[in-house]
Amino acid sequence: MTFTVIIMVFIMGGVVWWTVRQTIGTTPWTAEESTLEINDIGFVSSQDGIRTHSMKIGLGVFLAVATSVFALFVSAYLIRMELSDWRPLAEPTLLWANTALLVLSSICLQWGVISGRRNEFESMARGLLGGGVFAIAFLVGQLMAWDELAAAGMYLNTNPANTFFYLLTAIHGLHLLGGVYVWGTTMIRTRSPADNERVKLSVELCAAYWHFLLVIWLVLFALLSST
Amino acid sequence: MSDVAHDATELAPPAELGEMELYHPKTWIGKYVWSQDAKTIAIQYAVTAIAIGLVALALSLLMRLQLGFPNSFNLIDPSNYLQFVTMHGMIMVIYLLTALFLGGFGNYLIPLMVGARDMVFPYLNMISYWVYLGAVLILVASFFVTGGPTGSGWTLYPPQSISPGTPGIDWGIILMLVSLILFIIGFTMGGLNYVVTVLQARTRGMSLMRLPLTVWGIFTATVLALLAFPALFVSCIMMLLDLVLGTSFFMPAMISLGEQTAYDGGSPILFQHLFWFFGHPEVYIVALPAFGMVSDILSTHARKAIFGYRMMVWAIVGIGALSFVVWAHHMYVSGMNPLFGFFFATTTLIIAVPTAIKVYNWVLTLWQGNIRLTIPMMFAIGFVFTFINGGLTGLFLGNVTVDLPLSDTYFVIAHFHMVMGVSPILVVFAAIYHWYPKITGRFLDDTLGKIHFWMTLLGTYAIYYPMHYLGFEGLPRRYFAYGDTAFMSESSQDLNAAITIAAFIVAAAQLVFIYNMIRSITGGKPAGDNPWEATTLEWQTEHTPPQHGNFAEDLPVVYRWAYDYALPGAKDDFIPQNVPPSAVVYEDEADDAEGGTGKTS
Ligand code: HEM
Ligand SMILES: [Cu+2]
Repeated sequence: MTFTVIIMVFIMGGVVWWTVRQTIGTTPWTAEESTLEINDIGFVSSQDGIRTHSMKIGLGVFLAVATSVFALFVSAYLIRMELSDWRPLAEPTLLWANTALLVLSSICLQWGVISGRRNEFESMARGLLGGGVFAIAFLVGQLMAWDELAAAGMYLNTNPANTFFYLLTAIHGLHLLGGVYVWGTTMIRTRSPADNERVKLSVELCAAYWHFLLVIWLVLFALLSST
Repeated sequence: MSDVAHDATELAPPAELGEMELYHPKTWIGKYVWSQDAKTIAIQYAVTAIAIGLVALALSLLMRLQLGFPNSFNLIDPSNYLQFVTMHGMIMVIYLLTALFLGGFGNYLIPLMVGARDMVFPYLNMISYWVYLGAVLILVASFFVTGGPTGSGWTLYPPQSISPGTPGIDWGIILMLVSLILFIIGFTMGGLNYVVTVLQARTRGMSLMRLPLTVWGIFTATVLALLAFPALFVSCIMMLLDLVLGTSFFMPAMISLGEQTAYDGGSPILFQHLFWFFGHPEVYIVALPAFGMVSDILSTHARKAIFGYRMMVWAIVGIGALSFVVWAHHMYVSGMNPLFGFFFATTTLIIAVPTAIKVYNWVLTLWQGNIRLTIPMMFAIGFVFTFINGGLTGLFLGNVTVDLPLSDTYFVIAHFHMVMGVSPILVVFAAIYHWYPKITGRFLDDTLGKIHFWMTLLGTYAIYYPMHYLGFEGLPRRYFAYGDTAFMSESSQDLNAAITIAAFIVAAAQLVFIYNMIRSITGGKPAGDNPWEATTLEWQTEHTPPQHGNFAEDLPVVYRWAYDYALPGAKDDFIPQNVPPSAVVYEDEADDAEGGTGKTS
């Protein structure tokens, strides 16, 4: 559980730090004092619009939830690993290729984000397309890795190491699958130029989510293959 | 304070924020069933939660009948007892209190109190409720499947929860796990809304430090829930795999019914860690919204600013943060390295500090207040008493050496019912009596309210006070019957009978309450827009009940915190949050009625 506790300390530390920073030195009980700042705090400025901002913060909060889920799985893994019946699993080398695919996927999306910021919408759409295709390729690759293991007689409950391998890859894959769904709806939108701004937002959100899942995957992959 | 004369426009420039795009339903079904309006969703949540809560209440009565009069009724058998304990506990904690505080009050109050038109993701909000309803229905379904609901205790400890011999091993436990997983998914959708709405949709001038404590409480509880529920989620998934696919996350090698099971090497302690990593914050997920709401109710009905507002905010956030590092105090009996025991006992006692600060501040808020002893106020004061009580026994149990003999006895039952059963429920009642006039436009009946209050308060004390003694005597919890155990004195059976009678009285009081709620929708005394003369924004809406979009054409602009009661010098005894300084009438000016161009002070 130490692993999760460390992550939680960071997250909750952030929350506490944020509140203290927001609240120290303010004197809410005097009406006059803070009315002058009324423009700067407590509402979203018009340029960004409430929706854009909310979507980004919403994604951020969701990533914190997902971090908690993965941290707990990792903690469970570390605890279960210590027990005597654990037989380390030889991970398929295919995983290296899959990792490369996921990296490519993230790069494409990032390219889409950069193009979007420059208002080059065609190249943004291409980046988006590439990101999704590589992500789907990654998912297929993961399924092939499962196949390979199963063919070698390594089933889900042959050993706890195997169980964790299937479980962690599945949970990660499902998260990515959710992303692919959003990617699909965004792809449909790219066809009408009127939606450019919304697509731009979606691409940014997708990219952030993809990078997050890439980092998670790297952590999981390191964990799985080092033990 | 300066000498500059402010006028309202200078203080608050005209709205330039992008207004939220509201979804406008066209049909009746769109408006009341598949509704995306947070207020309607709130009511859906609340009605569902209360309905399932009544089931949990009925289960507790069946258990009490058995305990009070062991050989007389024979309504339930030992398996039923275990099943009812489990369902009662799980429903009360999760499906009633969590859902009611966050899904119910959170949905209703957050947008109104921060001055927003709705939650920021209304569609997601709607889905959240329907997923919750699905979770409840699946839970209810487990009463009707072969083998009935699970009887593993609300803690669901493996290996027994999924081993033969425990009731509900066929389907009950599966449905329980699936229902919990759905609940968590549904909650996460709602929770994203509550957090982002508080962060992003506050109206102009509503800085964080002007949020009413209700919003702080619900907000922090939501953050805790978003981070803690994953632990339950993870353990439910792993347990489902153990159960359905025969993996061994939690299941050790063991012999069951004379046969070696296929499980090998799993760790039941791992489950306990995961469960309590969720379970302890869960206590605060229920408590923090209650803390917040009770603060606002006390302040409003005592006509006095909450004492130490900033301290209260920090205490809420501090308790929230600390609640993640105390979980293993539920596992003293499972055994652990003494150093860990020391660590967790220490953190547990430290968390008492911010909690005690809150209690002092409530009491100091009442001190010399101009107390209006309304029904919500009575319940709020009842909460303060009960919470102190339950909190003190918590200090006993937080110490390893004291906990060991008391663990799994009725002392623990009494402790947690006081602190996380009765206390939050009293706040729920206070809040319903307080906000009902806003939700329906009518008051709840006062006489019935008084009857409800006194029966509930005295009744619950009659139930739980004696249980402490039963605990000292060593009566274990989760027992169907005690028979002729040597340590159990004869009088304790009499005590048990008395407790059961008290439980029935309390239950009867709830029927009075339900009747009151239903009757007052149409028959209550009309309340007007701001019957309690409160300062927060939900009382300043154009219509009561507030309509779709909450506020009139322009969103309110906030100039002050939520606690301007009995402001020195001011003519009115309360100043709503959206009254600009220039519009406040002061006593010395009131006579020479100059008009509102400005004030100097
Ligand atoms: C009139 C109200 C209530 C009565 C009469 C009552 C009665 C009981 C009884 C008889 C038990 C079983 C004790 C045992 O044999 O171990 C129990 C357990 C429990 N109750 Fe209540 N209860 C009430 C309200 C609540 C509330 C409001 C909560 C909300 C937190 C709650 C939470 C629990 C929990 C978590 C358990 C433990 C379940 C377990 O051991 O797995 N109860 N209650
Ligand atoms: Cu605890």
